[in-house]
Amino acid sequence: MADEMQLLEERVNREYEYGFSTDIETDTAPKGLNEDIIRLISRKKHEPEWLLEWRLKAFRHWEKMTMPKWANLQYPEIDFQDIIYYAAPKTKKAKPGKLEEVDPELLKTLDKLGISLNEQKRLTGVAVDVVMDSVSVATTFQEQLAEKGIIFCAMSEAIQKHPDLLRRYLGTVVPMTDNFFAALNSAVFTDGSFCYIPKGVRCPMELSTYFRINKENSGQFERTLIIAEDGAYVSYLEGCTAPRRDENQLHAAIVEIVAMEHAEVKYSTVQNWYPGDDAGKGGIYNFVTKRGICKGNNSKISWTQVETGSAITWKYPSVILKGDNSIGEFYSVALTTKFQQADTGTKMHHIGKNTRSRIVSKGISAGKSQNSYRGLVKVAKTAENARNFSQCDSLLLGDKCGAHTFPYIESKNNTAVVEHEATTSKIGEDQLFYCEQRGLDAEKAVALIVTGFAKEVMNNLPMEFAVEAQKLLAVSLEGSVG
Amino acid sequence: MLSIKNIHASIDGKQILKGLNLEIKPGEVHAIMGPNGSGKSTLASVLAGREEYEVTEGSVEFEGKNLLELSPEERAKEGLFLAFQYPVEIPGVSTTNFIKAALNEKRKYQGLEPLDAASFLKLLREKAALLELDKSLLSRSLNEGFSGGEKKRNEIFQMAVLDPKLTILDETDSGLDIDALRIVAKGVNTLHNADHSIIVITHYQRLLNYLQPDFVHVLMNGRIVKSGGKELALELEEKGYDFIKEELQESLTA
Ligand SMILES: Nc1ncnc2c1ncn2[C@@H]1O[C@H](COP(=O)(O)OP(=O)(O)OP(=O)(O)O)[C@@H](O)[C@H]1O
Ligand SMILES: [Mg+2]
Repeated sequence: MADEMQLLEERVNREYEYGFSTDIETDTAPKGLNEDIIRLISRKKHEPEWLLEWRLKAFRHWEKMTMPKWANLQYPEIDFQDIIYYAAPKTKKAKPGKLEEVDPELLKTLDKLGISLNEQKRLTGVAVDVVMDSVSVATTFQEQLAEKGIIFCAMSEAIQKHPDLLRRYLGTVVPMTDNFFAALNSAVFTDGSFCYIPKGVRCPMELSTYFRINKENSGQFERTLIIAEDGAYVSYLEGCTAPRRDENQLHAAIVEIVAMEHAEVKYSTVQNWYPGDDAGKGGIYNFVTKRGICKGNNSKISWTQVETGSAITWKYPSVILKGDNSIGEFYSVALTTKFQQADTGTKMHHIGKNTRSRIVSKGISAGKSQNSYRGLVKVAKTAENARNFSQCDSLLLGDKCGAHTFPYIESKNNTAVVEHEATTSKIGEDQLFYCEQRGLDAEKAVALIVTGFAKEVMNNLPMEFAVEAQKLLAVSLEGSVG
Repeated sequence: MLSIKNIHASIDGKQILKGLNLEIKPGEVHAIMGPNGSGKSTLASVLAGREEYEVTEGSVEFEGKNLLELSPEERAKEGLFLAFQYPVEIPGVSTTNFIKAALNEKRKYQGLEPLDAASFLKLLREKAALLELDKSLLSRSLNEGFSGGEKKRNEIFQMAVLDPKLTILDETDSGLDIDALRIVAKGVNTLHNADHSIIVITHYQRLLNYLQPDFVHVLMNGRIVKSGGKELALELEEKGYDFIKEELQESLTA
């Protein structure tokens, strides 16, 4: 079995496929964070006065805060003055609106990432917004979407074109004071996607954003806001990669979702930031605040995430179930290898009557990684007949990694039913041998077993993404999935 | 097609096989019987290449190749199939997907393209019908929640799809009800041909009634101590293993 373990180890230590960086001229702010930098960002983005004030308020609040220490994560102090807070690929125009205006080098990068915008345009019918370092570089399908009244654009564009909408919703789901990283993001966020689905409209295509960190020493602080009006529906996809670098890079994003009556938002993430090398050097520090509010009755928000990247992941996509009969879902596959650490989970906050939530978390740990699930199910006094079901399964590959589960329940209503199930298992030698006896090598056997383990979550991904996610699991874990 | 010479094998430092010899020609059916713990499953595991077992002496030739040099998956792809005494469960992976992955690996090894969806489904249907296997089992997670008999039948189903040259049935008959035993035996007989040899590990005569072995071997204490025709199985059924032990004793003292 020794050989098998070794094989396993080699397999999980595969090289990061997206570790190239692109030689694109960037327009960069000096390192460090202070009010002047924030003013600079705001000026670069031609922002209205209120937004600058909002940023400064967040910054002043952030200065009084300290980094959260409660997560099961270990990392050195982050020097927030050693980070570049604004880096934009230089193009002729400040914001290219059309694909033709995008730097050809950049398009090459996107091709390498497997995001051929032209292909996307022609074939798949997925609208894409690409954010590189601090700036959104290309959004496709905007015109077609606009015909239905759907707004899908870069945050910086929304600031110019839809300031009222933005002002009404920005920071209403994740207040700037919410946590250390939320405050930081509110102060320095540079771009991200904005999405608005008007009343009764079912978005006819998947909306997708790709985030890419390119510039050295730069942080990425994107902010996404999705609003689904009464009866609206949208499925939203998010993907991310970063080049291989020795230093750790910071990523602190915010995603806010608002679902009004009978609205449904499905948010899927495939997170593949650079995880660091075999010795645990480099990799992205990923501190993300994602939260949705089911504001209207009968609304639904569903988070699905496949997390394979980042040196550190700190992320708890949550749902506030305010509307009666509203539904929150969280489906997660978190795969950690090498020295990766993930502390991820969700918070389901039941406020309305008959609200339901479902949590399915599948953690896979390999190498010397640590993988924690942290979930809170909170039932308010008002949440008559609230229901929650949580299933947290951990799969261990090898014996140098760790899996941890931290479920918290706070219920103030005794009509509520909260159920939690958890399992931890190892890939058994018997399972591996059985597969091998049928002709599958250990590598493929592990892929098959892991795929089976993660199936319930993968089934929730939109078709366009499922294949990619499957591939990602494979790449992170071994050569290819059969 | 299979030539086992003086094989010695141990696990966790404990010697289990102690100089076992066995010759199998194409198309032959060999039954291996023997008391619990005598090393029958060990022999199956050693042939299939389970790494925990250390082969300390001897050789195994399979279709002209040194079997012991091949990895378990290579052995499988060369045409060795083991129907497990205790098949494992793989949650979330349907029997169909599993067998498809296995079949395509084998085809790749043989330089063939993966089977297209239509042909694959046709093959599955045909083999499922042969083993009267409930089709709903095929879409369920592999062996998960299957009854003991269903698991065994699923093993033979996989054998049927993968079409091996040498099949080792490790107590496939145990756990099968009377009808299932007949169905499985019929399936094995249908798939048995001049190029497909079979090793049947069993404790009972009933499966052998159907399979009609060419040879019956008694494995005791890590080696084959007696071989004969199918009538040997009947004799064992009647007398148990004691008479062989006595014979052994006599030959030792003589
Ligand atoms: N890991 C191990 N360490 C020590 N002894 C072992 C180990 N695994 C198996 N054995 C022993 O090897 C011997 C042979 O086992 P094996 O499973 O081959 O027997 P068998 O002939 O198949 O028996 P049965 O008829 O009960 O299936 C048994 O005594 C068993 O206890
Ligand atoms: Mg046995």
